[in-house]
Amino acid sequence: MMTQGLYIAAGLLLFFLGLWSFIMHAPVLRKLIALNVMGSGVFLIFVTFAYRGQEAAPDPVPHALVLTGIVVAVSATALALALWRRLEDQDGD
Amino acid sequence: MIDTLALAVALPLLGAIGATLWPRRSLPLSLVAGLATTAAALALTVEVALDGVQRSDFGGWGAPLGIALQADGLSVALLAMSNLVTLAATFYSAEYFGDKAVRRHFWPLWMLLWASLNGLFIAADLFNIYVALELLGLAAVALAALTGTRDAVSASLRYLLASLLGAITYLLGVTLLYGAYGTLDLGLLADAITSGPVAWGALTLMIGGLLIKTALFPMHFWLPPAHGNAPAPVSAALSALVVKVSFYLILRLWFDLFGPIVTPAAANLLGILGAAAILWGSWQAVMAERLKLMAAYSTVAQIGYLFLFFPVIASLEPSPARDDLIGAMVLFALSHGFAKAALFLAAGHIQQCAGHDRIDDLAGTVQRLPATSFVIALAGVALIGLPLSGAFTAKWLLLSGAIAAGQWWWVLVVLAGTLLAAGYIFRMLGKVFGFQETPYACITAVRSEVPALLLATTATLVLGLAANPLWFLLGFGDLR
Amino acid sequence: MTLTNWLPALIVLSSLIPGLLIFALKEEQVTTRTVLNMFGATFKLVLVGIMVWGVLQNQVYESRWVLAPGLELILHADALSVLFVVLSSGLWFFTTIYAIGYLEGSPYRSRFFGFFSLCVSATVGIALAGNLITFVIFYEILTLATYPLIAHRGTPQATRGARIYLYYTMTGGALLLIGAVWLQVLAGPVDFVEGGVLDVLPTELSGQLILIFFLMLAGLGVKAALVPLHGWLPQAMVAPAPVSALLHAVAVVKAGAFGIVRIVYDVYGIEFAHSLGLLTALAILASITIIYGSVQALLQDELKKRLAYSTVSQVSYIALGAAIFGPVGTIGGLLHLIHQGIMKITLFFGAGNYAETLGVHKVSELNGVGQRMPWTTLAFTIGALGMIGIPPVAGFISKWYLGVGAATAGMDWVILVLAVSSLLNAAYFLPILYRAWFREPPAQWPKESIPAGTWETKWTLLMPPVITAALALALGLLATAPFSVLEWSRLIAIREYGL
Repeated sequence: MMTQGLYIAAGLLLFFLGLWSFIMHAPVLRKLIALNVMGSGVFLIFVTFAYRGQEAAPDPVPHALVLTGIVVAVSATALALALWRRLEDQDGD
Repeated sequence: MIDTLALAVALPLLGAIGATLWPRRSLPLSLVAGLATTAAALALTVEVALDGVQRSDFGGWGAPLGIALQADGLSVALLAMSNLVTLAATFYSAEYFGDKAVRRHFWPLWMLLWASLNGLFIAADLFNIYVALELLGLAAVALAALTGTRDAVSASLRYLLASLLGAITYLLGVTLLYGAYGTLDLGLLADAITSGPVAWGALTLMIGGLLIKTALFPMHFWLPPAHGNAPAPVSAALSALVVKVSFYLILRLWFDLFGPIVTPAAANLLGILGAAAILWGSWQAVMAERLKLMAAYSTVAQIGYLFLFFPVIASLEPSPARDDLIGAMVLFALSHGFAKAALFLAAGHIQQCAGHDRIDDLAGTVQRLPATSFVIALAGVALIGLPLSGAFTAKWLLLSGAIAAGQWWWVLVVLAGTLLAAGYIFRMLGKVFGFQETPYACITAVRSEVPALLLATTATLVLGLAANPLWFLLGFGDLR
Repeated sequence: MTLTNWLPALIVLSSLIPGLLIFALKEEQVTTRTVLNMFGATFKLVLVGIMVWGVLQNQVYESRWVLAPGLELILHADALSVLFVVLSSGLWFFTTIYAIGYLEGSPYRSRFFGFFSLCVSATVGIALAGNLITFVIFYEILTLATYPLIAHRGTPQATRGARIYLYYTMTGGALLLIGAVWLQVLAGPVDFVEGGVLDVLPTELSGQLILIFFLMLAGLGVKAALVPLHGWLPQAMVAPAPVSALLHAVAVVKAGAFGIVRIVYDVYGIEFAHSLGLLTALAILASITIIYGSVQALLQDELKKRLAYSTVSQVSYIALGAAIFGPVGTIGGLLHLIHQGIMKITLFFGAGNYAETLGVHKVSELNGVGQRMPWTTLAFTIGALGMIGIPPVAGFISKWYLGVGAATAGMDWVILVLAVSSLLNAAYFLPILYRAWFREPPAQWPKESIPAGTWETKWTLLMPPVITAALALALGLLATAPFSVLEWSRLIAIREYGL
């Protein structure tokens, strides 16, 4: 139970650290990294909820969902990077 | 029995795949898929109107593992509007995109946008909502960047970051709910939820995330540049539908999921933000130099109106008066959807004819486009909230509710917003009168002007005169 | 689904549908457009005729349509609405003929006649409105339909005039809307009922009811051009003459004045309004407007501006009639609703004829115009004499009833207002008539564009003022005949006071 609380606290910390960084820093790349940190925090918490005690098998639902979430986050990051590259290229000309 | 719920999502998805595989056939494929999708959505609307709530669990898998779709009156009201608007914009787009490369990218993304919109309106669990929200965001951002200009790409990037922030915040709320209640099904959660720190945290995070996506002041910063720089049919979909779908989700959470635990103070906060959005957005629209930017700021203001309903509704016990107000809020959302899409389509046509959209230099162009001017006038009537638009009926009921609740300040906000809206609409309409040679005919470009005309007429005449069945559809008593 | 359910809606649609069709016409389809226009105008007159006949037989005409829960669109024919419908659809018929002649060959006529038809549709909607929300709806539509007509010429002055009109009417409309919604919150759906509906409300609401009255009065006063809400009217003079006729006689200011009458009699009820002390306030506002408008008119050299200020003054006679407690004053106000319309439209047709035929726009240019255009000037003279209140023209009758009504109600100061106003009217109209008839014409007119042929100008321009002038004379001479306007107003007064 104690460990679970620790994971949740760590996840929340990651989320809010990311949020802080997102708000405070102007560069696009830093914002993007901040978003990914926030995402990691959320996924960490979500996976933690799969724990159902030493004896029981873990709940499969959070795993499935977090996997989906990661895929989504990767695609979004890719699109953001593509747009960012486009901007950089245009400014380079 | 044909599962119209599944079709409403699957058909546009098929269209998207088809348009990707056969880019040369993308236009006819998309048109066919679009027509079929709209037919499915309307059929679903009729089913809900006749038989009540429709639900479908894919492959026999129920919650929590399976994907479930569910439609009630609120879903189908917005779903029907959304599909009609998208269909009109689809026909418009057939004419709009001249460039082949842009066209090839446009159709798959457009159909994907359509699929995720429909998916959101009928999603039955919180995680599917998250996935569809992200899909919608990605498609919308890519579409908004289609023109490839620096302004558009930079605005899209900003839009994407805001959208991702909103989605991840929402997801944290979802996570907390799963941790506490072990389910993500909307119906099961609604029964289980109790007031407490977890529910409150989840409420704040989920609504907060969605508020960013629906662009409520002061989280609207990303909207005007993104909507103002996108291609016209995309702007239409973004302003009329994409922000509206987040609003729909807020409604779902606020009334269905968190209904017992939301407090009047929270509703008042939303109302205050809404009021600020109305004043700020309208003022910016009055000052805007470009037509599409004006339309975008007008969206910021109109979203504000939707949130003005919250405190008034919160002050009422469940009663027919409360039902009237909820119906009015939905009617306002529908009316704005049709009107804003029409306005953007008209603005796009003007921009194509003039080569720019600087309001001060548009006089000569609009004088040669009577039908498009008429669209702006009709859409404007709905945006100002004059009769016979759906917005007028909604506004009457809102004012009525605010006065009855003794919440006078909202009346003053509506008054100011109405006059400012008249200011920005008539600033444009004033240009219609001048010395350009008399046009040969009223409608000059059928495929560009007719879809906009139909949308504007729906906002201003159809919803103005025939909105009463909406209350029936929403399940508030018999046809009165 | 019988005629009695459909007739009021049909009367509105009889101009609305032709109007919408006209929008879609190509510019050069002159014949189709004229046929549609005249068909609409004639058909409307026929339908109104049927309705008047029916109302005389105590037939009830009512169309209903549910907009939303608790909100219903009601078109209903009662004695008061019939009065206004007959006025607006009758004068519209002549204005249409006049406008067809006046705008011959000018651009954007499809747009013009489209909005022209929308305007009269909105006006008959206002006349037939059976409850407050219906009234508000058509009142706002009237604003929207008039704006393009004022802006029509597209000159900087025209757009400016239209913009000012919009500032005033939009603000007014919003205030009216708030007042109407507030009243509905207090009293439920507010139907127009002879004798009023509000006297049943508890007395502690009186304060709110007074406030609501002034909110709605502010909204209606803008269109009725009550001082200080009249500023748009002189600015709107840049519009083509048929539009001026529409603004001043058929639709806009009349809609405002009619609204005041409706609110006083059929919402508040004359006795209840009296007991709240609203009538005195209204009488004072109307009197100030009457005097102020006349003084301003005296100072104008531009003919149409002089007529505009004259309207400011004259329309407030109607509000004054509503503010005088007692059936005689009521009759005076209602009579003036009709009489002012017919006389003022004659004057504007005349002014339009001078401008269109000879290029004469100013009072100082009118010397000897009676020799060149005797028929127009004769019509103008009848209208002007009526405005002053000289018998036997119709204006005399309404002023007479107003005076007697004021005396009966013990409002002697009103008589003084009427007397001063009549003197001022004479002071700004008689010099015009003197110049027109007795001064020598100039060697050349400013811009003579229609040569004198068989007639002094185009027949489409000449016929309408001659007929309306004849009407103004007939209404004065035949005031006591059965079915006259006087008799009809008497009937309304009897019902309103429950006599």
